[in-house]
Amino acid sequence: MADVTLQNLVKTFDTVEAVRGIDLQIPNNEFVVLVGPSGCGKSTVLRMIAGLEDITSGDIRIGDLRVNDVPPKDRNIAMVFQNYALYPHMTVEQNMSFGLRLRKVAKSEIRGKVQRAADILGIAELLGRRPRELSGGQRQRVAMGRAIVRDPQVFLFDEPLSNLDAKLRGQMRIEIQRLHQQLRTTTIYVTHDQVEAMTLADRVVVMNAGRIEQAGTPDEVYHQPRTRFVAGFMGSPAMNFLNCQVTEENGHTVARLADGPALPLPAEQAARVRSYAGRTLVAGLRPENIRETASHDGGNSSGVPHDVSIDIVEPLGRETIVYFRLGDSTLCARVGTEVHPRAGEQTSLVFHPDRLHLIDPETDLVL
Amino acid sequence: MRVLPPLLRRKPAVAVLMCVPLFALILGLVAYPFFHALFLATLNKAETAFVGLDNFSFLFGRQTFWMVVRQSLLFALVAVVFKALIGLAAAHAINTIPTKGQRKWRGMMLIPWVIPPALSTLGWWWLFEPTYSAINWGLTKLAVPAVPWLSDTFWARFSIILVNVWVGAPFFLIMYLAALKSIPGELYEAAEMDGAGPWQKFFHITLPMIRNIIAITTLFSIIVTLANFDIVRVLTQGGPLNTTHLFATYAFRVGIESGDIPLGAAVSLFMFPMLAILAFIILRNVRRRAASLA
Repeated sequence: MADVTLQNLVKTFDTVEAVRGIDLQIPNNEFVVLVGPSGCGKSTVLRMIAGLEDITSGDIRIGDLRVNDVPPKDRNIAMVFQNYALYPHMTVEQNMSFGLRLRKVAKSEIRGKVQRAADILGIAELLGRRPRELSGGQRQRVAMGRAIVRDPQVFLFDEPLSNLDAKLRGQMRIEIQRLHQQLRTTTIYVTHDQVEAMTLADRVVVMNAGRIEQAGTPDEVYHQPRTRFVAGFMGSPAMNFLNCQVTEENGHTVARLADGPALPLPAEQAARVRSYAGRTLVAGLRPENIRETASHDGGNSSGVPHDVSIDIVEPLGRETIVYFRLGDSTLCARVGTEVHPRAGEQTSLVFHPDRLHLIDPETDLVL
Repeated sequence: MRVLPPLLRRKPAVAVLMCVPLFALILGLVAYPFFHALFLATLNKAETAFVGLDNFSFLFGRQTFWMVVRQSLLFALVAVVFKALIGLAAAHAINTIPTKGQRKWRGMMLIPWVIPPALSTLGWWWLFEPTYSAINWGLTKLAVPAVPWLSDTFWARFSIILVNVWVGAPFFLIMYLAALKSIPGELYEAAEMDGAGPWQKFFHITLPMIRNIIAITTLFSIIVTLANFDIVRVLTQGGPLNTTHLFATYAFRVGIESGDIPLGAAVSLFMFPMLAILAFIILRNVRRRAASLA
């Protein structure tokens, strides 16, 4: 077990800068998820930590050791690959024990470790099979087993669930979480799926264009996004963005949405944005903060109703997603199942300002 | 849609009809020559009388024939082993250079394989030729005694194997290169994380993953190498003293040049059971492994 430190990590492929200066401190035992869209550099960072990719500049430390020039096999880390990368000509047992056999560990010890890992993952009865005889979920388990038997300082996961169907993905997510609770090994997990990021992580690192946009607990990146990118990336359906102006009305500081209602701002936020009065800002409002009634709001401020015309309705069973027009923009709201909006209808939706994010369009920073 | 006559409306009938050209080809180019050779091998030299297995028993009683059997096996074994090793090494070397540069190397390495062998062997013959040859000229310049490339038994066999390896190795190279490219790169990365060095990666990943290709390529190469004709024909004509004859050149010598076609047919038929057994064993193993990998 060890902590991992990345210092000003840079990776350039030919002329393309894939990773542009990453600083990250991952304490021992932490489960960190790197999340971001394809091409944001998250996998490259992981592969540099693994030693599969050279470092253009910067430092990687595992424990007290600077590992920039240490080959992968001497870094004492284990990696679970996206396509599992199981050796097709070996049985499950041989797959799991391969690393130990190469390290000339005693046979009896290998047998014990493989058996223990197989028991943890519930694959003890599969040890004699070959990968092609396994289902996707079983292969995934074997790949994790291969990492566990090595008893590494750090686990690396590279989009391990992206090849599984939705149901299995949910199950494996829980298993990975349980595994981490049991082993407490420092884990770095790469995914483009924000649900995985939110559910698994002690700390979420949101990456974009080779940089870290924000690193924080799942709660922080969801409720206190620091940039427009993070605000828009985390959450599904995505946050609504529309132009607004901050003005003083009746002694209150309000954000007047373009073609929409004026939302009174909480005092603290009002103080922060008062100097932007008169300028056009971007307002970010999550779909769950636009509801059908005021009563659903758990917050301390009451919502502002506004008449909108409904565009598309997506009933999901436990809630309904409603797309509606507000001026030129299409916005999204989550409403309860007790109301039955219909496309084309005029209806009144309630905007709740207590979680409104105001973004400076010039810097894309949340104010 | 036009209405077809009743017979053609039946799918099996159509299927059989569509296979007719293939059957005709196999019948005309494989079955007929094979059975005709069998038939020829049972005739006397003048092809006027049926003699049963007399041609075979005559061959079995001749020392030269057994020498040809031994030579053919030695030739095929040594040549195929070297072709396989050189092909594998070259494929590996090419596979390690960046993809952009690979094409030109692959193209160059293929040249020996695409030149008609009779022609390129003529070039080799010119290199080996004792009086004016380039190789011996070079050797004498370096104060090394000239080598009787084609007139000494050992060197003649050496030269023939050398040329055969030169012609045939690119085939192995291409097959192995394709096989190497089909191995997912993740397997090597996983092995690297597991602690495997270059040799361990080769023995634990590469070799097991391309075993089937190695087996099939080797089988194929043994067949064409055992049946080789042109290299010996051009370089030595079987000499000195028949010590470089292979099945095909010996069959040609006996059948065409000495005018005993039935005996020549008997020589060439001798290869068939050997190759059939070999093919059966290798292909059975390939099927088993393919089933376990797929």
